[in-house]
Amino acid sequence: MVMGYSLGELSSIFAMQAFAGLILFSVFLLMALGLAIIFGQMGVINMAHGEFMILGAYMTYLTSHGFQTYLPGAYAIYFFVAMAIAFIASGAIGLAVEWLLIRHLYVRPLDTLLATWGLSLIMQQAFRSIFGAREVGVQLPDWMMGALSVTDVIEVQINGLFVMALTLIITGIVALLLFRSTWGLQVRAVVTNRTMSGAVGIDTRRIDRLTFGLGCGIAGIAGSAFTMIGSTGPTAGQLYIVDTFLVVVFGGAQSLLGTVASALTISQSQSTLEFFLSGSMAKVLTLLIVIGLLMLRPQGLFALKVRR
Amino acid sequence: MFDVRNLNVAYGQSDVLHGIDLTVAPGEIVAVIGRNGMGKSTLMKSLIGVIPTKSGHVRVDGAVLTALPSHARVAYGLAYVPQGRQIFGTMTVKENIQTGLVVTGESKVPDEIYSLFPILWEFEKRRAGNLSGGQQQQLAIARALASNPKILLLDEPTEGVQPSVIKDIAKVLKEIRQLRNLCIVVCEQVLSFVLDVADRILVMENGRIVHSDSRDQVDEAAIARFLAV
Repeated sequence: MVMGYSLGELSSIFAMQAFAGLILFSVFLLMALGLAIIFGQMGVINMAHGEFMILGAYMTYLTSHGFQTYLPGAYAIYFFVAMAIAFIASGAIGLAVEWLLIRHLYVRPLDTLLATWGLSLIMQQAFRSIFGAREVGVQLPDWMMGALSVTDVIEVQINGLFVMALTLIITGIVALLLFRSTWGLQVRAVVTNRTMSGAVGIDTRRIDRLTFGLGCGIAGIAGSAFTMIGSTGPTAGQLYIVDTFLVVVFGGAQSLLGTVASALTISQSQSTLEFFLSGSMAKVLTLLIVIGLLMLRPQGLFALKVRR
Repeated sequence: MFDVRNLNVAYGQSDVLHGIDLTVAPGEIVAVIGRNGMGKSTLMKSLIGVIPTKSGHVRVDGAVLTALPSHARVAYGLAYVPQGRQIFGTMTVKENIQTGLVVTGESKVPDEIYSLFPILWEFEKRRAGNLSGGQQQQLAIARALASNPKILLLDEPTEGVQPSVIKDIAKVLKEIRQLRNLCIVVCEQVLSFVLDVADRILVMENGRIVHSDSRDQVDEAAIARFLAV
C-alpha cells in the first residue's frame, strides 16, 4: 500500500497518467517542432508561436462549422480538411509576417523577441474581436468518440490515440524533409554556417522565409490537433508557449531527436506528478528537473559531436 | 572574363583595399601573395560578396556583380574556397558537395568531382567534421566546383595541410584548369606552392598590388623579400 492505493491501482494510475502525458507530449512536440526549426535556422524566438497554433485551432473550428452546416454527411472527414486549411492559413500568415516584420530584424535578433511578442498580443486581440472572448469547442465526429478499454480500470481515448498517430506522422514528414529534401539540406547548411552557405550559392533569405512559413504551418496543425483535446480561447496559446520553449531548450535547439526526447520527458513528468501533487507543485518539480539537467548539459540533451 | 576595376573595401571607417585592379583570362591561374594583414582575405571576401564593396566594379563576362549578394554571385559563376575551409561539419561529405549543387538545380554529385577527389567518394557518408585537414580542404574545393564556376577563388588553400597533400592540391588545381578552362585566383603565403601553380604572381602590400610578374620571368628573390617579415 502506497498513499492509500494498492499496487494494482497504482500501476493503473501510472498507465492512465502516462497516456494523458502522451497526449500532452503530442501537442508539445508539434509546437516545439516549428519553434525549434525556426530558432535553429535563424535564431529567432517566435513568441507568437502559440498564437499561430490557436489560429490553426480557430480554422479547425470554422471548418467543423462549415461542414456541419453545408456537408453534414461528410462530417467524419472534416478533420483532415481542417488540418490542411489550418496549415495553409498559419503558414501563409507566417510567410507574410516574415516578409513584413522579421526579415527587417535579422541584424537585431533580440528585437525579434519583442516584435513577435507584440505580434502575439495583436493576434490575441484579433481572435477576441473576431471569435469572441469565450472559449469554443468542436464536436468530434462519431468515430473519434469513446474509449478503448485495455483492462477494467485502464481506458484510452480514441481521440488521444488519433492525435498521437498524427504527431508521429507529422514528425516523420518533418524529419524526411530535413534529411532528404533540398530544402532540408539548405536549412542544415544555414544552421551550421550562414555566411558560408551564401558563399556556396544558397539563397539564405529565401530559406529563412520558407522555414518560418513551414514552422508556423506546423503550429497550425498543432492547433488542429489541440481542438481534439481541449477548447480554444484567444489566450490558450500562452499556456503552451512556455512549456514549448522548455522543450526546445532542453532538447538542444538543432536536434530533432532531442526535441522528441525532451517533449516526452517534460510531458510525462508533468502529467504523472500532477496526479499526486497539485498542478503548480508538478510544474515546480518539472522545472527543477529541467534546470538541474541543463546545468549538467548546457547544450541540451542531444548535441552532435564532431571536430570543429 | 573576370575583371576587377578600382575595387575599394572598408571595414567601417577604415579603408582596407585601395583601388585593386585585376583581370584574369580563362585558363589562367593568378596567385596573390603577401604577408598577414595585407588584405588578401579581405580581397577574396569582397569578391565573393561576403563583405560589402565600397566602390569599384567586379565583372564576370561583362555582368556587373558588385551590388549582388553572395549567392547571386555564385549563380553568375564565382566560387569560393574560404580560409579555414569552413565545410559544414555536421553534414556528410556528399551533402557538403550537394550544397554547392543547389544553384545548378542538380542533386546528383557529378562523377567528375569524385574522380578528381577519389578520397571524397570513399568517405561519402562520413561527417565532414571528422575528416582530416587535407581532406576537408579537398572537400571545400569540391563543394566550390559543384556550382560549375567560371572563376574559382581560393583563400590560403595550404593552411593546416600536410606537405604531401599540398602537392596534391597543386596538381588538382592544374587539372581543373585543364578540364574546365576556368580562371583561378589563389591567395597564398607559401612561395613554393605559388611558384608551382601560378601563371602570374601579384604581390599585395597594405591593400595595394605593388608588384606583378608572370611565372617565366619571376624574380624569386624579389618576391621573397616582399614576404619577409
